[in-house]
Amino acid sequence: MPLLPAPRCEAAEQRAGTLTSIAIHGVSRSFATADGRLPVLDAVTFDVPDRQIVAIIGPNGCGKSTLLRLVSGLLSADRGAIELDGTPVTGPDPRIGFVFQEPRLLPWRDAAGNVEYPLELAGWTRSRREEQVRDLLGLVGLREFAGARPHALSGGMRQRVSIARALALGPSVLLLDEPFSALDALTRERFNTELLNLWERTATTILLVTHSISEAVYLADRVVVLSPRPGSVVADIRVALDRRERDANVDTLALGRTASDIRRHLAGATDDPTPAELTAELGRRQRSREVPIEQLGVPAWFDPFGQEDRR
Amino acid sequence: MTAEPGRGPEPGNPAGPARLAEPGRGAASLRASAEAAEPRAGSARAGARGIARWRRTSEVTAAGAVFVVGWKLFVLAGHYPAFILPAPEVVAGRFVSAWVDGTMEPNALQTLVEVLLGFGVGASLALVAGYALARSGLIERVLSPYLVAAQATPILALAPLLALWFGTGLLSKVVICALIVFFPVAVATMVGLRNVDRRLIEMAHAFRATRWQLLWSLELPAALPGIMGGMRVGVTLAVVGAIIGEWAGGDLGLGVLINLARGSLFDIPLLFATLLTIALLGVVLYLVVVLVERRVVGARG
Repeated sequence: MPLLPAPRCEAAEQRAGTLTSIAIHGVSRSFATADGRLPVLDAVTFDVPDRQIVAIIGPNGCGKSTLLRLVSGLLSADRGAIELDGTPVTGPDPRIGFVFQEPRLLPWRDAAGNVEYPLELAGWTRSRREEQVRDLLGLVGLREFAGARPHALSGGMRQRVSIARALALGPSVLLLDEPFSALDALTRERFNTELLNLWERTATTILLVTHSISEAVYLADRVVVLSPRPGSVVADIRVALDRRERDANVDTLALGRTASDIRRHLAGATDDPTPAELTAELGRRQRSREVPIEQLGVPAWFDPFGQEDRR
Repeated sequence: MTAEPGRGPEPGNPAGPARLAEPGRGAASLRASAEAAEPRAGSARAGARGIARWRRTSEVTAAGAVFVVGWKLFVLAGHYPAFILPAPEVVAGRFVSAWVDGTMEPNALQTLVEVLLGFGVGASLALVAGYALARSGLIERVLSPYLVAAQATPILALAPLLALWFGTGLLSKVVICALIVFFPVAVATMVGLRNVDRRLIEMAHAFRATRWQLLWSLELPAALPGIMGGMRVGVTLAVVGAIIGEWAGGDLGLGVLINLARGSLFDIPLLFATLLTIALLGVVLYLVVVLVERRVVGARG
């Protein structure tokens, strides 16, 4: 694991004094479908103290991504409240940086232009923007690629641009929605290490959605396990191992006690039905003739924008 | 962070950054040139593009030559008189003389002005309407049947009425051009704005983009390729609109010149020369739109 040079990023650090905690109180959310309201999250409650990294893990469709969108203010809760530092979230907040599952870059802008985008929206002057973009691209190791359009970058580089963009306004909270799931295993491991480096340098509170138990155990202070839809917290597990020791134990982590603890809570929480359940469900659906059979798998409403970055 | 291995220029590879900085090559070839083992790959590709362009030009020229030769043979074989089908060299001669003696120029200019004004007005209104149609389901449901009905009514049938209302001057032609340009551009704008990637819109919302910022920084650039496609169709239709408007009434313009050449002058080579001018006008305007499109849309993945 290469230890990285640590270029300083003034703006990302300038909020070092402003730490932000997240409080989620009894949050429920449902979505309208053809068959009526479908509950996705049910009375989810947990806190993320400032500077902590909390991983959310759970089966497909349990509302992990929905929860992140509620925290970011992109969606609003049906019931319950989400607070940043004691003030309720009512809409997208400048304290939050969001890294999506896919890079979601503007194809007509180069890497620098994409990082600059939030700064433009926030009305920064050109000279401040240029300086900040240079710093941020240095932070993610893409300074030489400032002029490259997204289609000329690899998947990993695009996600780096997306991370730099999320850090552009110096957020004190980073929300990451399975940010490295589209990357290959080796790149993904390196991104995890780099994410910790970024976290150490930028004074952020991180809420991370992941599918990977070992990733959760490696990165997080705590792992929140959600039940299948409608998602609610079934376990809130502290990762006892010190972060410095985790580096040396990446491979054994997945086998560790914490991991098996998480796995135990996830057991039975899969969205993949057993053959018997599948047969029973099929019979029910065919009788009622309401829902097409193909909806038995991953429900489409879970991620309305698709799993992959379709280009 | 270090650049990913095998992707970016490695520190030990001095050619990397130099190649990235190569002016005018742009991002499109960035990865390719970073990975290319052959240092001259860039210039070889430029050479290949030059050959492709030369080949295309020669193909187009050859097709034109075949058409002209076929035309000439047709005239020779059929012994057609000049007032039915003049030979190509007669038309070419009349084309040159009409431009030299000042017959063509004022008429062509008049038509050009009508087309440009009509296209400008029609396309501008269509952009606004396209945005409204894309934004509001109500507006689309209420208006789109009437828009289609208006489009289905031949402009040829409307032209005399419009000439009656707006006179036989510039205004009626501009109105006709604008009407004919409106539909394709409005539909292209609506479809383009509707198809903007919703994931990008969510991203912009997360960065607290306002309604206007969203439109200018994301929706319009994303919809631009589609909108420019509508403009391509629109600009050629605008030429048709101007000619129809001039036929319906007027005293200057290429449509008027066609009427004159066929009627009181009975100068059929001039009629053909005018047709040639109209066709050239359409092609040139189309190419201008394509050039603008290349400039504003740029290279995308």
